[in-house]
Amino acid sequence: MNETLKSLRYTALAVVAALFVSAFIIVITDIAALREGDVLTALDTLRLAYWSLFKGSFGSLRAISATITGATPLMLAGLAVSVAFKAGLFNIGATGQMLAGGMTGLWVGFALDVPGPLHVALALLAGALGGAVYGAIPGVLKARTGAHEVITTIMLNSVAGFLTLWLLKTELFKREGRDDAISKLIDEDAKLPRLFWFMGKRIDLQAHLGFVVALACVGVFWWLLNRTTTGFELRATGLNQEAARYAGMRTRSLMVVAMTLAGAFAGLAGASEVLGLYGFASSSLAGDIGFDAIAVALLGRSTPIGTAVSAILFGALQAGGRQMQVNTDVPIDLIIVLRSLIVMFIAAPLLVKAMYRLKGEAQSFGQTFRGWGG
Amino acid sequence: MTSTTTYELRGITKRFPGVVANDDVNLTIRSGEVLCLVGENGAGKSTLMNVLYGLYRADEGELRIDGTPTTFHSPADAIAAGIGMVHQHFMLVPNFTVAENVVLGAEPMGRAGTLDIERARAMVREVSDRYHLNLDPDAVVEELPVGVRQRVEIVKVLLREARIVVFDEPTAVLTPSEILEFFEIVRTLVRAGRGVVFITHKLKEALTIADRINVLRRGKVVGDADPRTATEAAIAEMMVGRPVQLTVEKKAAAPGAAVLEVRGLSVVEPDGRTVVDDVSFVVRAGEIVGVAGVQGNGQTELVEALSGLRRAASGTILLDGRDVTHESPRERHAAGMGHVPEDRQRQGLVVDLSITENLVLTRYHDAQFSSGISMRWDDARAVARDLVARYDIRTPDPEQAATTLSGGNQQKVIVARELSRDIRLAVAAQPTRGVDVGSIEYIHARIVEERDAGTAVLIVSTELDEVMALADRLLVMYRGRVVADLDPRAVSHMDVGLYMAGSRPGEASGHGDPGRVGGAR
Repeated sequence: MNETLKSLRYTALAVVAALFVSAFIIVITDIAALREGDVLTALDTLRLAYWSLFKGSFGSLRAISATITGATPLMLAGLAVSVAFKAGLFNIGATGQMLAGGMTGLWVGFALDVPGPLHVALALLAGALGGAVYGAIPGVLKARTGAHEVITTIMLNSVAGFLTLWLLKTELFKREGRDDAISKLIDEDAKLPRLFWFMGKRIDLQAHLGFVVALACVGVFWWLLNRTTTGFELRATGLNQEAARYAGMRTRSLMVVAMTLAGAFAGLAGASEVLGLYGFASSSLAGDIGFDAIAVALLGRSTPIGTAVSAILFGALQAGGRQMQVNTDVPIDLIIVLRSLIVMFIAAPLLVKAMYRLKGEAQSFGQTFRGWGG
Repeated sequence: MTSTTTYELRGITKRFPGVVANDDVNLTIRSGEVLCLVGENGAGKSTLMNVLYGLYRADEGELRIDGTPTTFHSPADAIAAGIGMVHQHFMLVPNFTVAENVVLGAEPMGRAGTLDIERARAMVREVSDRYHLNLDPDAVVEELPVGVRQRVEIVKVLLREARIVVFDEPTAVLTPSEILEFFEIVRTLVRAGRGVVFITHKLKEALTIADRINVLRRGKVVGDADPRTATEAAIAEMMVGRPVQLTVEKKAAAPGAAVLEVRGLSVVEPDGRTVVDDVSFVVRAGEIVGVAGVQGNGQTELVEALSGLRRAASGTILLDGRDVTHESPRERHAAGMGHVPEDRQRQGLVVDLSITENLVLTRYHDAQFSSGISMRWDDARAVARDLVARYDIRTPDPEQAATTLSGGNQQKVIVARELSRDIRLAVAAQPTRGVDVGSIEYIHARIVEERDAGTAVLIVSTELDEVMALADRLLVMYRGRVVADLDPRAVSHMDVGLYMAGSRPGEASGHGDPGRVGGAR
């Protein structure tokens, strides 16, 4: 417990440090004000920027909805990276697994003819399955041939990207009357219901039930890690593969299990975007989510709760960033800078320690990065 | 050579977060004599020497050289002041020659700034001749036996004009005959006026070579011993703080039926080398069979083949008459094989997991701890509490990570896990490596207890004293073969050492048929 608190403190301090550095950037890039030597105005820009950041992420129901909408795929994809980290594997392939799950979910979403809730459930399941199969590939390659998962997942991202592009142009997926890579729309009853349905049909409340699915997955991940034999095997393998092997664990099969689970989580991320947000698929379905998920997992130290919280934080930054851009001249790109700074500070615990003059040993990310050893 | 130099450590205190590694330590080192520093693991020997060598700064205290206070900021200062160190793990580049290794970091330069390898070779030859080290400057280090590599380290230190040479556990990697050669070298160094600090936990060696013995316990110097009058038991008591049973007390073995039968077992490396070569032997219920040998003669691979971690190229392994040659580690485990692996931190434990989790690491899937899907952690915790108490594992809380334990207690976790089950065969590799004297005594007693309860025990250890003391029957491995099957009570250390080196006592060299001694006696 003490350990958890300590790591929480480091995380919080890293976020604060990143906000501080970003503030500095906002002030010195407010050229218009600075040219006139008007430091007060520049400082006021800063105040307004950070205020908008907060207002735009948590300040209203609409803001909260936007935060949740952004957090949903990040949480699921973040779990995909975290579960692999726990088993000592570095899953860069959330993007590809999302695309795989998005496409299978989509197909069930428009092709199957089953009534109401069953349709959504089946479409989600198909998404999880599609992602799982795609995630299993690098797992099997690693277990059978030792091929490094970092390499194979990156390559499989490209494969999935172009495969999706091609699929979207086939008769099966293509939307009639369109020449670009846009899919058919899913059936109305395959749609994930809106989270704030009781507020009426407001188009600005996009948050959907995918968020509940993501939270449920966080629970499943926690239960798996801490309560099941498989979770125990995954943790032991991730921390010390050789000892796990000596203890009679089938570490190779466990790699496949971990990557399959990872794929299932990422597949759900893709499916929930299709079924909850867009209602169709395009080639930009996964966007940068697969990569941002790595940052989410790092920030959350690959723990279930940590991953959930950092996904919400990233979702909030994204939503608040849009508001900030509207209210001030600060571009939304600053959010990327801010996020990168957070990850950088997290990855450099010694730096945070020195900045805040903390006593005691800085926690390293040795465990998280152990996957690199191959 | 030079006149006597005295290095004095006065009131040295070095703290690490949570521990005082050295607590007000006073130590005097003189050139021309051998000072032995003995103490258990974690007693602060290495910390003290790292302070002397400039790797650590002491929090309190000072170093005086011939009475002049001196401060070292780095090992370079220490080297300049005449202190040399031979680490336990050699700092050599394996594919460089002896001469190249020796001059590394202080290369003699030719006129154009090029490496003057000719001079390097001459330097090696000169030092080698002066101290009878018998080194070939052109030999490639990776092809040399461990004992010779150690001499390369010694030359390195001597060339940097060390007046004091610190050896950290130098005999751990040597065969008995190499140890004798090493002692000869130490004596030569001392005759030439150099001082030697010898860090060890082997008391017999300390008594053989030392002029003075200092004993450390929990960071403090708790006493001096005069090697001419002190006994092993007295020094051990000083080290541990209570009387220690140094010899293993056991009744005569009462061997029963064969539990482990190995027939013609061979293990081949992926590169084609045969590392275990047609080995056959039997371990019976109620007997301890020891396997002695210099590290790297196939013992590791033998144990891995027995426990199912390595595939046998040929031969069969029978456990209670059942062929387990092709069974997985878990199946053998379930069939009653307990395995204490040789490297506890890498193979025996997941040190970042809790003590409880490590105590069930090999049997978490038993019905006792698991429903098949979910873990019964409450039951695991109850069993862990019981094992912690029964096996004297010193921890305030079994939910803490295993890293928080000392080496001896970590080893007890493994021993508790493997022996507390109902097993037929215990295979223990280096069961007490790097373990303090108190824990060694305890682990040995447990192993003998297990034997008396009718378990077949196979002990593989490079510590000859250990296998000689524990085993009821002694096998010696050399180059992958079992070259001798001996009665440890009827054979001398020296003779076993000869077998370990590949020759046979009473013969000039290992002619004849050295293999095939296995099977029944």
